[in-house]
Amino acid sequence: MDNRRIDEIINKYDGKPNSVIMVLMDIQHENKWLPREVLEKVSNKLGVPLSEVLHIATFYKTFSLKPQGRHEVHVCTGTSCHQRGSAKILEKVQDLIGIKPGETTPDLRFSLEKGSCLGCCTLGPEIVVDGMHHSNITPDDVEAILKNYK
Amino acid sequence: MARINSAAQLEKVRKDIVLKKDPNKPCIAICGGIGCLGGREDLIRAFEKEIKKQKLEGKVDVRVTGCHGFCAQGPNIVIYPEEICYTKVKPEDAQQIISETVVGKTIVDRLVYIDPNTGEKAVHQSEIPFYKKQVRNILGMNPKIDPKSIDDYLAIGGYSSLAKALLEMKPQEVLEEVKKANLRGRGGGGFPAGLKWETARNAPAELKYVICNGHEGEPGAYMDRAIFQGNPHLIIEGLIIGGYAIGAKQGFIYTRHDMPRLRENIDIALEAAREHGFIGNDILGSGFDFDIEVHLDVGIFVSGEASALMRSIEGKAPEPRPKYTRTAVKGIWERPSNLNNVETWANVPQIIGKGADWYLGIGSEGSKGTKMISLSGNIVNSGVVEVPFGTSLKEIVYDIGGGIPNGKKLKAIHFGAAMGGSLPAELIDTPLDFDVMSKLGAAIGAGGLFVMDEDTSMVEMNRFFLEFLADESCGKCVPCREGIRQMLRILTRMSMGKGKEGDIEALEELCEVGSLASLCALGKTTSSPIYSSLRYFRNEYEASIEDKGCTV
Repeated sequence: MDNRRIDEIINKYDGKPNSVIMVLMDIQHENKWLPREVLEKVSNKLGVPLSEVLHIATFYKTFSLKPQGRHEVHVCTGTSCHQRGSAKILEKVQDLIGIKPGETTPDLRFSLEKGSCLGCCTLGPEIVVDGMHHSNITPDDVEAILKNYK
Repeated sequence: MARINSAAQLEKVRKDIVLKKDPNKPCIAICGGIGCLGGREDLIRAFEKEIKKQKLEGKVDVRVTGCHGFCAQGPNIVIYPEEICYTKVKPEDAQQIISETVVGKTIVDRLVYIDPNTGEKAVHQSEIPFYKKQVRNILGMNPKIDPKSIDDYLAIGGYSSLAKALLEMKPQEVLEEVKKANLRGRGGGGFPAGLKWETARNAPAELKYVICNGHEGEPGAYMDRAIFQGNPHLIIEGLIIGGYAIGAKQGFIYTRHDMPRLRENIDIALEAAREHGFIGNDILGSGFDFDIEVHLDVGIFVSGEASALMRSIEGKAPEPRPKYTRTAVKGIWERPSNLNNVETWANVPQIIGKGADWYLGIGSEGSKGTKMISLSGNIVNSGVVEVPFGTSLKEIVYDIGGGIPNGKKLKAIHFGAAMGGSLPAELIDTPLDFDVMSKLGAAIGAGGLFVMDEDTSMVEMNRFFLEFLADESCGKCVPCREGIRQMLRILTRMSMGKGKEGDIEALEELCEVGSLASLCALGKTTSSPIYSSLRYFRNEYEASIEDKGCTV
């Protein structure tokens, strides 16, 4: 991520020290992960110690300190999806792409996340790929869905 | 748009909007809730394309609205002015709907909801059993307005409660009205909102804050985002009124980062409210100044806890702090900070607008007004419903929810997800009521009602809840961090039928320590589901020891 863009994001929040979460989130959204040198820059620019920036970056699940895949696969394992069989869906996804939740495939094609109810319990069990919901699925549907994401 | 500086101007603007609207102009209201569209826009595009194709541009409106509630039958649309309701609509139905219903004024039979019990057709929402037993004082506005349009909100009387509060009432009178209405916090505790407001109002400080908690991290709870995304001005109006009553000039909205449409609607609404002068200096010429800032949760359950949320707004990691002093006295930057959740704020405009006496006429003895509930799990009609307090769980699960799918029997009704409790099927006649349900060990929580059928193992369910909490605990205090880990170990063993003698007693001890010694509500209520299931389903725990195999 280039320095100018980082400056733009920091300036958007008037460079206030309490904006560190918002700044990190904007960078995460655009860049999909937070490289070390970016964290150092945020720390310098906002005058927040690097240890505090790291505290926040490692505390929240949304922040990633590793490069992310081109496609984000999210298997909802909320209560309702769990009740409707999401464990088997997750198992199938793991088998197919060969990684566990929190990991990224070596070819950077997929990152896998589980958890966090997205509030569309009617659609469960479901997987969400790049924000697109694939709902009421069975483990057999997973392969065909993932095929569409190169 | 010029800013509005008085009640008279507001009324004039409203009249002009209503006059400009042709009540007979056809409008297709498409539910834009995530349950209906699932992140896609093809249904909306299909209608827009078809309107162009049939040369009806300007003659037919398409309105993308907030959640209508009936997610199980989505995508839902309502066609105005006749208010014809179609369910399970696909993009390829757009052509037929426009030519036959919008233009031809006839009904497309195959898209009409049929009551599975009676076989009767329901052409309007009011005829569908799911909607019939509800009282939709809050949610009912959703199909009628485009959340991106402040004009739509003004047309149905929006911001008139704000005008009444600021221009006809003193802050103390607003507070008294909310206290009299006995508005209880909808976020989980059921604590009287008026008392909390009073504490913040009386706390000696120059700067105070009001906060709308829209974190809604409880799995299976999705009613807050339904109303926030569908009708953001309602919540904003409530928050400004709260600020006025408490003496706060700054409000914060804390909401989810992972719902782009929700965020978009809030941002658009705030900008429109600012342009119209409902936020900013000298609101409606009253001399009251108020502003609102949006903060986003970045994906951890515990950041919805009040003190953690406030730390997050300060820009720090959201770890809860001990509440020796209430956040209403010392919250954000050690200043009085009054936090209520989305649904609580959504109730405020109607209390001020229609009066506490009107509000007291709805609900049960100790719980007034309506409650939004999201139905999930083993239930036919999952979705968002709104019922008066006092409605029996039976009515919610069977009459509105349509019962249990696949001919299965009901086993338990669970409220409050991983920090709630389960009631057995025998207690189905229990009324929805803060106090009654608390006593039975299943506090309403935020309002996520999760239905379990006879195939559910309570031991496994509780293991699942602990797994969730183990992931979400911030790890700051030992009773929560270590307690959950140990309880999870025991329950994992039990759910595989390998429970040991003494496991139940150990669980009970860990529950007791966790609920007494944890810092925040997450650790304190971890034990709630286990307590309630030990109370009503103890035999299942015992069976997973004696029989070396789970009962279900």
